[in-house]
Amino acid sequence: MSASSVIFYIIAAVIIGGGILAVTSRKIFRAAVYLLFSLLGIAALYFYLNYEFIAAVQIVVYVGGIVVLIIFSIFLTHASGDEMKRPVLWRTLFSGLATIFAAALTYLFITDHNFVPVGYALDHPVAPSVKNIGLQMLSTTEHGYILPFEVVSMLLLAALIGCIVIAIKIKGPTNLPKGEA
Amino acid sequence: MNEIGLTHILFISTALFFIGVYGFLTRKNLITMLMAIELILNSVNINFIAFNKYLYADKLDGLFFTIFIITIAAAEAAVAIAIIIHLYRSLKSIDVDDADIMKF
Repeated sequence: MSASSVIFYIIAAVIIGGGILAVTSRKIFRAAVYLLFSLLGIAALYFYLNYEFIAAVQIVVYVGGIVVLIIFSIFLTHASGDEMKRPVLWRTLFSGLATIFAAALTYLFITDHNFVPVGYALDHPVAPSVKNIGLQMLSTTEHGYILPFEVVSMLLLAALIGCIVIAIKIKGPTNLPKGEA
Repeated sequence: MNEIGLTHILFISTALFFIGVYGFLTRKNLITMLMAIELILNSVNINFIAFNKYLYADKLDGLFFTIFIITIAAAEAAVAIAIIIHLYRSLKSIDVDDADIMKF
């Protein structure tokens, strides 16, 4: 077993272990921290595959953004240290069985299928460097991604305004019935 | 075990996807359900990157899909948390069982 494989299995253990603990831990703050480890493991997997830019984006957006947001919302809505209710036994049982069978079926398909790379792709690899990403992202020619780039900027603006409108606290008396303001 | 290939990475992403599905089915708390959705989105990202690296190394399309998925996941998480905070203000709870004011 080479060092590369050992590193891969460590990364895999962090991802899967963090994921399992994130969905089973009954303390919500701990679940968020386990999610953080799982996402960091995924960033490590991107580094392992030599996709440094995606790994950096993963750390900045997920670990620095989404998990911090989740932790803040936990602080706003929970008394920290509280244990969540244990899920109903039959729901745990049937969800577990359903996911295990579905995962087994998918594993069967993956092991049966023979993935063959196109010969042309192996001969002409494009490095996932920041230069290549930037050139193709803002290119207006064929295979350029300028249109999705602009659309996603509008989506982010809409999400920004939407968040402010939804989460804003209306001060003073309102016409809304009690509990809806 | 031999060389790490595409199949190994697909195994990880499949496991992560179904862990997310399990969490989504068993959890009753909106924030933990959101965390399960993040796990599912991340498993999709791993798939895109792995296929791009091992099968279509001459293109960057999988990488762009990953970038856009990460962007939209961030927007989705922000809106979801705004809704959760608003729901908490009106119901004093973020349990899905309590959020039945739109029923009937």
